[in-house]
Amino acid sequence: MKFLVPLHHDNFEEIPPRDGFGQALLELGKTNPDVVALCGDLVESIRVQAFAEAYPERYFEVGVAEQNMAGIAAGLALSGKIPFISSYAVFSPGRNWDQIRVSICYSKANVKVVGAHAGISVGPDGATHQALEDVAITRVLPNMIVVVPTDTVEARKATLALAKHVGPSYIRFGREKTPVITKDDTPFQLGKALPILAGSDVTIIANGQMVYRAIMAAKELDGRVSVGVLNMHTVKPIDAKSIIEAAKDTGAIVTAEEHQIIGGLGSAVAEVLADHYPVPMERIGVLDTFGESGKPEELMEHYHLGISDIIHAVERVMRRKNAS
Amino acid sequence: MTIKRLELQATQIRQDIIKMLLEAGSGHSAGPLGMADIFTALYFDVLNIDPKKPSWPDRDRLVLSCGHICPVLYATMAHRGYFPVEELITLRKFGTRLHGHPHNLELPGIENSSGPLGQGLSQAIGMALAARLDNKKWRTYVVLSDGEHDEGQTWEAIMFAGKNELHNLTAVIDRNNIQIDGFTEDVMPLEPLADKYRSFNWHVLEIDGHNFEDIIAAFRHARAVFEKPTVIIAHTIPGKGVDFMESDYHWHGKVPKSDEAKLALKELRTLRGKITSEHE
Repeated sequence: MKFLVPLHHDNFEEIPPRDGFGQALLELGKTNPDVVALCGDLVESIRVQAFAEAYPERYFEVGVAEQNMAGIAAGLALSGKIPFISSYAVFSPGRNWDQIRVSICYSKANVKVVGAHAGISVGPDGATHQALEDVAITRVLPNMIVVVPTDTVEARKATLALAKHVGPSYIRFGREKTPVITKDDTPFQLGKALPILAGSDVTIIANGQMVYRAIMAAKELDGRVSVGVLNMHTVKPIDAKSIIEAAKDTGAIVTAEEHQIIGGLGSAVAEVLADHYPVPMERIGVLDTFGESGKPEELMEHYHLGISDIIHAVERVMRRKNAS
Repeated sequence: MTIKRLELQATQIRQDIIKMLLEAGSGHSAGPLGMADIFTALYFDVLNIDPKKPSWPDRDRLVLSCGHICPVLYATMAHRGYFPVEELITLRKFGTRLHGHPHNLELPGIENSSGPLGQGLSQAIGMALAARLDNKKWRTYVVLSDGEHDEGQTWEAIMFAGKNELHNLTAVIDRNNIQIDGFTEDVMPLEPLADKYRSFNWHVLEIDGHNFEDIIAAFRHARAVFEKPTVIIAHTIPGKGVDFMESDYHWHGKVPKSDEAKLALKELRTLRGKITSEHE
């Protein structure tokens, strides 16, 4: 297996990605006086606490009122501030989508929407709290950037990059501790996919914690199938060039995301392939259904987001590729 | 500007609203006519603004929350010198800067985008917070409809502004008692509205929204309140100035046909027959 960038290869540390977000927010507080933070009654959970304590005058507690939070952030942004609004992804962008659409995206207000506890791995809280539609509903908004970092280190880099970008954005991450695969010196550029593994038979395009699972799948397939892995942390704007190159180089694509199979990363990749270079493709995602309570790992397996599911998808796509 | 001149200015703005709506063929009539006096007072007396420098950082901000009454905003801004009055008849037409609901990026001087109700007070709060963070003296004004108090977000915002004692924020409610489906108190009763605001820690003023002395005094009063945000509940007559439109909720969301517009314009020009029209 050939890793294309500096990465951890084994003995992975496990850290929730929101830690990286909280760390970046604190750094931004120090370096950029325009950065302000708003939170909807979840300040500790989403790791806004450190910023709120260090910069109390730039922190606003809005209570359980995500619509108001999005609107206030728009007003702050239109007056020169760089607001980060944080809640669980089911509430923001779930509850306040219209405010994000009109007050933020239509107005090009420089607001950073932060959706925590996304994905089925939220676990015991059950379906209401498992955001599986957030990438779809943000991706369709003009002027929006959508980022799904793979681990805490990438979450930190993405947060810092989004603060520099002028315009609305959405960043999402899960609740659980997830394996840290990227390092401080792993490259990160908004809108540019990160090539992780070189492969000649098939390319897995993944984001969030599914990147780790894609690497594990590639390991298990090593020797039988040469699997490339691409970390597509930015879903919008999608890195069409890297997708087309992967399609040309390997002739088969598998996507993997912790999101509904409709409307997210898989759809974005399919759009690019359909437009430019159709090749056999298989998608891993939640199959148009709501989740339920359970332990994160058992839910990941039950809803077909496991490593074995990715392996099966690779095998399916290889059969289709070889048959054509 | 003297009260007399403000009244004449408002009458001119009302005539332009009728002409714009006739030309556009769709839109809202009652709200814009009812708010012509308040907007005239804001743009010709209250707001610290410079139409030649619409992005001046220290300007007062005017947020329109109920975007559907934007014909009155556009007409007032044009007369105040933000853009040529001739442009008003492009309202709602392809290629215009005067969209059916206002867009902040389209026309210099428009502070926010609105249309879906209930979003403006939150936006205004964000601006007021920014001014407070930067120790700036500029004030934020927000115009709300009474009907948009049906929206939950409006109350989220009222709570937040009360909690944070945002005294650099003044809200004006167009209390005209109508919304699309009928009278507000039938559709979803709002009363006692003043008491509700008081209980949310706001300073409340109630005025006749067509009396310029009242209007201007209320805005001055609001500037002197330092412990709370102020809301001015402006009692207005929907369709004000045009007899057959006044207080008839059917005119909320429709526009005059050409014979109706002619009648309306004559009424406005002659101040209901008090003076002789020079044009007919």
